[in-house]
Amino acid sequence: MAEFIIKRVLQALLVLLVMTVLVFFGVNVIGNPVYIFASSECDQACLTKIIADLGLDRPVWEQYLVFLGNLLQGDLGNSFTHGIPALSLIFERLPATLELAFAALVLALVIGLPLGMRAGLKPEAFSSRCIMAFSMIGFSLPVFWIGLIMILVFSVQLGWMPSIGRGDTVEVFGTEFSFLTLNGLHHLAMPAFTLSLIMMAMVIRLTRAGMREVLFADYIKFARANGIRERRILSAHVMKNILIPIVTVLGMEFGGVIAFAVVVESIFSWPGVGKMLIDAIGVLDRPLIVAYLIFVVFMFVILNLLVDILYSILDPRVRLGDSPT
Amino acid sequence: MKFWKPGLLCAAVMLAMPVAAQEVLTIGVRSEASSLDPHWTQLSADVQVQEHIFEKLVALDSASQPIPGLAASWQPLDDTTWEFKLREGVQWHDGEAFNADDVIFTFDRLRGGISGAPASPAFQLEKGSKQWTKVDDYTIHITTDGPYPTVAEDLAMLPIVAEHAARGVTESVDFNSGQAAIGTGPFLFEEYSPGNRVTVKKNPNWWGGEVEWDQVVFRPITQDASRLAALLNGDVDMIDYPPTIDLPQLQEDPDFTVSTISSDRLIYLMPGYKHVERFITDNDGNVMVPNPMRDWRVRKALSLAVNREAIRDRVMGGASLPAKNIVPPGFFGYVEGLEADPYDPEQAQALLNEAGYGDGFRITLHGPNDRYINDARILEAVAQMWSRVGITTEVDAMPRNIFFSRLIRGDELSMPGFDVPEFSMSMTGWGTVAGEATYTVSGTLETYNAATGGGNGNFGRYSNPEIDARSVLAKRTIDPETRLAILQEAITIGMEDYAYIPIHFQVNNWAMKAGLEHQPRTNERTLATEVSRVD
Amino acid sequence: MSLTSSVPIVAGSPRDLAKRFMSVPSAVIALAVFLGFCLLGFGAPLIAPQNPYDLRQVDILDSLLPPGSQSFTGMTYWLGTDGQGRDMLSAMLYGIRISLIVGLLSGFLALIFGTMVGLVAAYRRGWVDTLLMRIVDLQLSFPTILVALILLVILGRGVDKIIFALVVVQWAYFARTVRGVALVEGAREYVDAARGLRLGGLRILLGHILPNCLPTMLVVATMQMAMAISLEATLSFLGLGLPPTRPSLGLLIANGFDYLQSGRYWISVLPGLVLLAIIISANVLGDRLRDVLNPRL
Repeated sequence: MAEFIIKRVLQALLVLLVMTVLVFFGVNVIGNPVYIFASSECDQACLTKIIADLGLDRPVWEQYLVFLGNLLQGDLGNSFTHGIPALSLIFERLPATLELAFAALVLALVIGLPLGMRAGLKPEAFSSRCIMAFSMIGFSLPVFWIGLIMILVFSVQLGWMPSIGRGDTVEVFGTEFSFLTLNGLHHLAMPAFTLSLIMMAMVIRLTRAGMREVLFADYIKFARANGIRERRILSAHVMKNILIPIVTVLGMEFGGVIAFAVVVESIFSWPGVGKMLIDAIGVLDRPLIVAYLIFVVFMFVILNLLVDILYSILDPRVRLGDSPT
Repeated sequence: MKFWKPGLLCAAVMLAMPVAAQEVLTIGVRSEASSLDPHWTQLSADVQVQEHIFEKLVALDSASQPIPGLAASWQPLDDTTWEFKLREGVQWHDGEAFNADDVIFTFDRLRGGISGAPASPAFQLEKGSKQWTKVDDYTIHITTDGPYPTVAEDLAMLPIVAEHAARGVTESVDFNSGQAAIGTGPFLFEEYSPGNRVTVKKNPNWWGGEVEWDQVVFRPITQDASRLAALLNGDVDMIDYPPTIDLPQLQEDPDFTVSTISSDRLIYLMPGYKHVERFITDNDGNVMVPNPMRDWRVRKALSLAVNREAIRDRVMGGASLPAKNIVPPGFFGYVEGLEADPYDPEQAQALLNEAGYGDGFRITLHGPNDRYINDARILEAVAQMWSRVGITTEVDAMPRNIFFSRLIRGDELSMPGFDVPEFSMSMTGWGTVAGEATYTVSGTLETYNAATGGGNGNFGRYSNPEIDARSVLAKRTIDPETRLAILQEAITIGMEDYAYIPIHFQVNNWAMKAGLEHQPRTNERTLATEVSRVD
Repeated sequence: MSLTSSVPIVAGSPRDLAKRFMSVPSAVIALAVFLGFCLLGFGAPLIAPQNPYDLRQVDILDSLLPPGSQSFTGMTYWLGTDGQGRDMLSAMLYGIRISLIVGLLSGFLALIFGTMVGLVAAYRRGWVDTLLMRIVDLQLSFPTILVALILLVILGRGVDKIIFALVVVQWAYFARTVRGVALVEGAREYVDAARGLRLGGLRILLGHILPNCLPTMLVVATMQMAMAISLEATLSFLGLGLPPTRPSLGLLIANGFDYLQSGRYWISVLPGLVLLAIIISANVLGDRLRDVLNPRL
């Protein structure tokens, strides 16, 4: 057991190392950030000074070693643009993104589950067909297109919704959250809905498939035979069984949702990490781009590692080396 | 045509706006301020926010001409010494008195280097090797290493910080937290929330007079369409850079007001002058020797083939000023009578024939797609026009983060300290920030010289000794009238030689709710002190 | 998605399958729509009234004309023009072509590469399998959009670059699916029989295991193609991906959005509808194929 865990941890570290190399060198081949910021009047001497000041005059591999050294001390460097440690910028803006992603998750479940159950209970009904068509459209629509159309319809034409940004926030445990204020919720609604559509489509399909399977299972038949009311069967027995695959898939897709927040955040000017990444790319804020990517890689690698270890505890066969299909 | 506008102004919108009896102005801006440290960058987006808090010795009026700021007056004492008299009775936001020590501290801080700053304005102090001494609490002397005329213009780029607040603080961080963001300006720091908003509030004790707004909020909204949507539905009161395509409708709509002024930013096409240019080939794809751009008739033909009115009306929504001058009207150095070339494809064709290129050739036109107003669309329009006179033009538009690196030193011949530009024809812009043509002539027309800084924006590597002599002389001439005459000569020579092909000056627009009035500025900055309520 | 990783049980002859496929009207319509757009897209140079890439034919003075307007030269712009004066009908036909090329080619290349990796992993087993599948797991654990976005930032713009980026984010799906199928197939009697006949490894792989993986791959490929087209549109919207002078549908939509608020709907809405139709039809096709080829789902 311990041997397995050590092996996996070492593997994870190796992956992290390889990713830092890829990310760092990849980001360092694009353009030169100095020319983006410098005033047109800034001459060669002035440019040289800035380049030296930002540490860009040294060879890339040397910059990489410095970066790696700092990384080991938990320092991902300072953003060129803001002059603030990149990591603190990320943590400052992460809550906004997480809030958006969780709101989308909740919406997907709250809307998707009932619709999916309906479609599963009466697959031939017209409403069910509409629901399935909706899920197909939700699956297919490019996120940015929906976002733009929603702004056009609901904020410009109808004037019901604010089109941009985050609303008033309330501080809870030292972090700002906007979903606790009416104004905040109002701002959150459109971006969260836009982001939730793909997940919602997925929930509908999974729920429907789960319903079809579970409804014909023996224990449901027994429950029915025992005269338990339909509502109770649905809420207690069916739900419990279809939720497991849904939660699993959503868990796996949650990373994707955070990534897609990049698109939604830039449309709705939502001050999260995704918008930050796009802005950083626009001005070649290398430390910030690298920091964000390393942060994401780290998150995923740790998650994977935990899942692996958890699996190995639950299912000893995994340790034998055959990775599960 | 009408806007698809809010049908009903429901409670929802009311909720979105701060509910208070205060006068609040919310401005949607295209770019976010990266820092509140006024010495961090010289970017417009940063400076326009910082200017609400910090002031300079020399301020700029709406046409970018120097006017008294924290310095009440200034004059040259001799060829190399300038005396600045500071304004008395000015208070910092925390109540301390402003005096010469703060100015000295500011300049020392800049010379010491702002660690990590990507584009500190410190280089303004190196121009003319400025030295500074305090004469008394309200007098400063600036000396230069030779006759140097634009000391005041340079100092208009350097915000003064409070010694007692800014000594020993960390760059950027402590300014963003507000600890060191103590200025003398019309507004006090309130909040800096990256990606979300910057908020400033009224300074009741401002020396410049009564401030109309209790609070001003800057909200970054990068997407053009979203920014306009935010204005249309009332999320913000005012936006900068409204999409040009919507300008005509905004102007007609009684619910909105548009303010307009020509900007100091010239958009021009820069030919490459190397012996052989990689992106200029004959119709069979072979590089051409000699490079046809070296023939002024070709350059003139290219200029005549551009329909500037069509670009103005069809691409820019009417908002551009076709140009042949390199600084806009009202600026020091503007040449009367230098009119934009007319659209004349026949003469262009004739000139090409005369130069021996009657069959045309191929060229790739490079440019950014996220830097200037409608940049990629201008490139495409120019390519259409050139293709029609037989010069098959490809467009390669790229994000600025790649464009500028390749423009400045993209060629493989580049070495450290010796930049060789890559492009054979590129579109760039030059903003005459100081309202004065000396550095525009030196930067864009003078021969490139890394040691003296001459021609540091001359990416085509144009070289003309007639201009060089005048440009160097102008930089050393203090008497304004003599300098103006020299500059105008240099500009006329350069433009008649088609050193580069000017297209237009951008025109700055702001859109706001009806009931607001805005006095726009040439230098693209949005200042709340210039917005007032008229109803 | 995990839905596609299960092993299909192919039942019946191709003719039966076709019959079952056609028994659902929505699938037939989707197939017709998809093929129709393929025809339009690949026939663009023949049927488009204007070559939008030839700048001599495009006139800025004709910009922003509503559908049905006439140009100076007497040509009718049936679907109007965009901000550069391009005929929208022609621009959309060429845009469909680019979107389809990007979707099909990236899907095809990812399929080839992913299948090779999957087959090798399944056939060699042992450490090769472990290593390859670790890489696949890693690749799949990162959000596709993020990987593609970063790749394009590094590589720059261009059709070739976006195809490369899309292959990088897609191959792992194929590799994992094919390996799963191949492992099952490899354990069947006929493969043992083939081994017994001393057939070469390559021959067993290509001749016996591969054909049995095909139905699954077809399903995955259809779904992935829809995803690729949508992803390309999104990336183009973010300003990455394709150069603006050769717009895909996604870029047309993004460019057109600036004109939407002033009522010039045709520049953005029309390509949007076409994109939607293509993606939906591809998804419906994939769905139906899965139902037909894999009755268990």
